[in-house]
Amino acid sequence: MKRLRTDLVLIGEWIEEGSHVLDLGCGDGTLLAHLRETHRVTGYGLEIDDENIVRCIKNNINVIHTDLNEGLSEFADQSFDYVVMTQAIQTIRRPDELLLEMLRVGREVIITFPSFGHWKARFSLFFKGMMPVSRALPSDWYDTENIHLCTLKDFERLCRKKWIEILERAVVNIDHRTTTTMKLLPNLFGEIALYRLRRRT
Amino acid sequence: MPDILPPDSVGLVSPQTYQFNTPLSLVCGRTLPNYQIVYETYGKLNERRNNAVLICHALSGDHHAAGFYSMQDKKPGWWDTCIGPGKPIDTNRFFVVCLNNLGSCRGSSGPTSINPDMNKPYGPDFPIITVRDWVRSQARLGDVLGITQWAAVIGGSLGGMQALQWAIDYPKHLRHSIVIAGASKLSAQNIAFNEVARQAIMSDPEFHAGHYYQHNVVPRQGLMLARMLGHITYLSDESMRQKFGRELREGKLNFGFDVEFQVESYLRHQGRSFVDHFDANTYLLMTKVLDYFDPANEYNNDLSKALTEVQAKFLVVSFTSDWRFPPSRSREIVKALLDNKKTVTYAEVKASEGHDAFLMTIPHYIQVFQAYMQQIDIPGEN
Repeated sequence: MKRLRTDLVLIGEWIEEGSHVLDLGCGDGTLLAHLRETHRVTGYGLEIDDENIVRCIKNNINVIHTDLNEGLSEFADQSFDYVVMTQAIQTIRRPDELLLEMLRVGREVIITFPSFGHWKARFSLFFKGMMPVSRALPSDWYDTENIHLCTLKDFERLCRKKWIEILERAVVNIDHRTTTTMKLLPNLFGEIALYRLRRRT
Repeated sequence: MPDILPPDSVGLVSPQTYQFNTPLSLVCGRTLPNYQIVYETYGKLNERRNNAVLICHALSGDHHAAGFYSMQDKKPGWWDTCIGPGKPIDTNRFFVVCLNNLGSCRGSSGPTSINPDMNKPYGPDFPIITVRDWVRSQARLGDVLGITQWAAVIGGSLGGMQALQWAIDYPKHLRHSIVIAGASKLSAQNIAFNEVARQAIMSDPEFHAGHYYQHNVVPRQGLMLARMLGHITYLSDESMRQKFGRELREGKLNFGFDVEFQVESYLRHQGRSFVDHFDANTYLLMTKVLDYFDPANEYNNDLSKALTEVQAKFLVVSFTSDWRFPPSRSREIVKALLDNKKTVTYAEVKASEGHDAFLMTIPHYIQVFQAYMQQIDIPGEN
């Protein structure tokens, strides 16, 4: 198997052995396959893309064709240890509603997204006066799937508003490495944000 | 059809018959003292006998799922698109069994068979069969063939219902259950269509309360109407528009009640040719099998409870334009499996062909089916 993205490795570190995991927008099932091997997890991947669904089947991943914009009504409350979503929340019509759905279905939620607060994005808008196009956000404004971009600050504000507790946070760059500057000023230097969340009791 | 057989065909095949003399007690309370089952097999059963796949047919299907009976045959078996060397149900790997279900008119015991007590065809007196009875009779054929565990039980539509029932009734005897364009029970709308079909047959003056064989007639008109109605529900609005639009047979309106639109001509043709090879009592019986299917019924209408003991891994497939058993019906099955943390994969295939899509070669469907079949483990396989 190809070398694993660092954010996926980081997620692995947050997940307990033998957990039941739901992966939203699971792609070809790489994360679940990795977690199955290293952490003996069980679970399902949700995907809407035909080609990815076939790849999941070939990777022996339980994949369920799902439109995430329709919510997670097929899944019972607290039926998973973790509900994971990597770099897809920004493509969802109502990220806030889906986030609450994820917390309904899972004990904990692990979510990653490209941060719009990264200095290059700010630079592009401020000096060039143009919507940023970068390695983390490669599409133009008119054809991007990323319709709900946010910064770390934005996301954390939403968490406060919705009574969501942030258990852990990590930031990495597009190569999925963490630097000292990122740790000092995550909202400015983090390209990709990772959060582990649960519902505040 | 073929001058030479296509390389991905199972080739020339012939049906076999097995006579069962052990009585089969049925869900309806009656017993079949003896009965025969007609079946076909393709591919080879391996030494471990663990590569067998059971194909379950739908309402008007039969045991002839693949291959040709002779070089003069116009058409191969009904699921030839999916069964053969290199096809999704790959006969290089799997030993494929397809039987004609009890109550049918295509060779296995059914209303057209002679009732030993009366020395005349059963007709309407053939007991009402259920999916559960079918599964039991299929398991018995498995015993005869020396198959204790199926690698997979596969079916579309009513066939998918059998695959689901198998997983409930014989959890240890199959490793995979593949339910395509299926449902866990009929909706009121489904039953309503079946009822109109039955009324069409039963109100035909040639029906003679089901004893039409003695009168040497068949309720042609009724059976034809039933099939025409059924056929509309197998297609979609979109596929009918693509296929026929409002095209006229003679290119102009004739201001009369004869066939004018192509779609009328098509439906009449479908109805007429169906009457020539299908029996009206069987049609009535098959619609009843459909209506009665509801495995959740004895579990307080909770499908999740009905699936608690299931061990088979599931592949569930639906088609977007299928309005007879739409994706939402497949998702009910998926949800019940998810509730039980069972192994399940679900694909919703974009297709304009309606319910009939499960018999077509829609690329994504075939890819999903093939990929799934390929990852089915056959222990001991090289």
